[in-house]
Amino acid sequence: MPTSQTVARPVEDGLTADQLHSFLHQMLFIRRFEEKCGEMYTRGKIRGFLHLYTGQEACAVGSFATLGEQDKIVTHYRDHGHAIARGVDPNRIMAELFGRVDGLSSGRGGSMHLYDTSKGFLGGYAIVAAHLPLAVGLGMAANMKKDNSLAFCVFGDGSVAEGEFHEALNLAALWKTPVIFFCENNLYGMGVPISESLSTEITTLAAAYNMPAVKIDGMDVLDVYRETQKAVEHCRSGQGPYFIEAMTYRYRGHSMADPELYRLKDEVEDARRRDCIARLRTHMQELGLIDDDSFAALQQRVDEEMDEVVAFADASPEPGLDTLFDHVVKESVRA
Amino acid sequence: MPELRYRDALREALREELIRDDRVFLMGEDIGAYGGSYAVTRGLLDEFGRDRVIDTPIAESGIVGAGIGAAMAGMRPMVELMTINFSFLALDQIVNSAAKLHYMSNGQINVPLVIRMASGGGSQLGATHSHSLEGLYAHFPGLRVVCPSTPADAKGLLKRAFRDENTTIFIEHTALYGMRGEVPDDPDYLIEFGKANVLREGTDVTIVGYSGSTWQAVRAADMLEEQEGISAEVIDLRCLRPLDIDTVIASVKKTNRAVVVEDDWQFGGFAGEISAQLMEQAFDWLDAPVARVCGKDVPLPYNRNLEFAALPSEEDVVEAVLAML
Repeated sequence: MPTSQTVARPVEDGLTADQLHSFLHQMLFIRRFEEKCGEMYTRGKIRGFLHLYTGQEACAVGSFATLGEQDKIVTHYRDHGHAIARGVDPNRIMAELFGRVDGLSSGRGGSMHLYDTSKGFLGGYAIVAAHLPLAVGLGMAANMKKDNSLAFCVFGDGSVAEGEFHEALNLAALWKTPVIFFCENNLYGMGVPISESLSTEITTLAAAYNMPAVKIDGMDVLDVYRETQKAVEHCRSGQGPYFIEAMTYRYRGHSMADPELYRLKDEVEDARRRDCIARLRTHMQELGLIDDDSFAALQQRVDEEMDEVVAFADASPEPGLDTLFDHVVKESVRA
Repeated sequence: MPELRYRDALREALREELIRDDRVFLMGEDIGAYGGSYAVTRGLLDEFGRDRVIDTPIAESGIVGAGIGAAMAGMRPMVELMTINFSFLALDQIVNSAAKLHYMSNGQINVPLVIRMASGGGSQLGATHSHSLEGLYAHFPGLRVVCPSTPADAKGLLKRAFRDENTTIFIEHTALYGMRGEVPDDPDYLIEFGKANVLREGTDVTIVGYSGSTWQAVRAADMLEEQEGISAEVIDLRCLRPLDIDTVIASVKKTNRAVVVEDDWQFGGFAGEISAQLMEQAFDWLDAPVARVCGKDVPLPYNRNLEFAALPSEEDVVEAVLAML
């Protein structure tokens, strides 16, 4: 890792070497975390639906680096990478996937429903597009409380054909709420390609609701960072919502149950040639920030971190059956 | 004590809560300049301004979702959906987000949101605008379901809803908006959730209602007393969730008979829930099967005579009571 002398020196778009190292570390961490989840699923430690984020890491890492602590995040059900990029404790994420008491929700939420309110991470939502209106409400509250926060709403291309997408964009623009709509376009809604579910371009639809709408390279963490920074400035200055379509690709199936009959292996290989981690690594090598040895050391470190994550989750007990009825409703304390 | 109409009591509750707590705001279809479809919010836009009384587009899912988001961020919103018929368009937001977030997040998130809507048939509005679906919402754990039958309850329960930490589905009855009654003017007049109201005491049979059907129960009790010399006890449930079954059971232990009245369809409905709980918890005290007097198993027709034939009446209640005695 860089020494203190290299930390403050901007090497790229106002980014320091330390930040680039952090991006690389985070993306690699998410990649390994997801691969470990796949392994734990086949070993029966993780059950239910499991949607892996491999391939899309640059979206979460690049965009979340532009946000402040006061900001609120809602995302879709492929949410492990977002939680990690937001600084949520990966031990507790894995424990949640194991359904254990030390999980973020003590095993009540599962893979698709991760929450950590202490980080402004307000959840993964598993009804497609259902959280877009929630983001509008978070933005309304930000305006009313004047707390300089914004709502960051991540969703997939599959959300765009839902009615709530259109209701939310209209309301956000109408009421000038500080919401960044961040569409991770991985080209498929489960197995249906976007060409068979949308009659037009996503940014065309978003722009029709009278907000800036840009299409970016979601496989390039620096591009994601740069473009999201513009969106954050737009929202913070009271100009209302901003729309980003990040072109990305998921390497694994929609979920662990997906036999991937709808796409060719060549297509996946093509996408892997644009891999976000490999690209940043090459870029950092060109800048002289990393070499083969230090990258290998980073991989080694992440592997060790992952062993700790799994050990933590596995050591955590099952929630007691006597907690089944806890938190169905919140009892009122005030008269 | 001042006498107010049901709609005015609701407005008074909204106004007092807007004054009391600056986190409270109202949004909904035509609640501002128009004053609300049932004139509940009339005048509030002028008094509190556009930041706190917000006219919305016709986008039920969007505005309920926005209400949930604002509530998650610490506000105390109220969303008016005009009528319960339109709440279907927001059902996913209500069921999957408002009702479940507290549980799924293991208590990290709660959604203190009030969703108001009008319910009830009898106005020849046809099959899509005459639903009574209180029981549908009562099905979902995590929600509060409240349905006042008097002006005083309308105020006290609505104010209580704003002070709850969970989402309250607050269902008003279209036939009651003009009803007058005494309403306390205490700005802290609250009626606790889950406390049924014994409106009339009796010894021979218990008649259970809520919302509009409470008054069919009361009128039936009057008829039974006058015409048959039968003493009926009438219980207004007030809340379907949390449900005060204890008050109903205590009454049945005294009367040994029960009739449940509701506008909603009988099949799979809330009257069946009351009946089942009485069977489970008061079987030894029942001298007759619990009777249900509910809406007929048809979409509500437009024609006046057909519509009235499809809705429960006080005569139906009287008939049910006579059949079990």
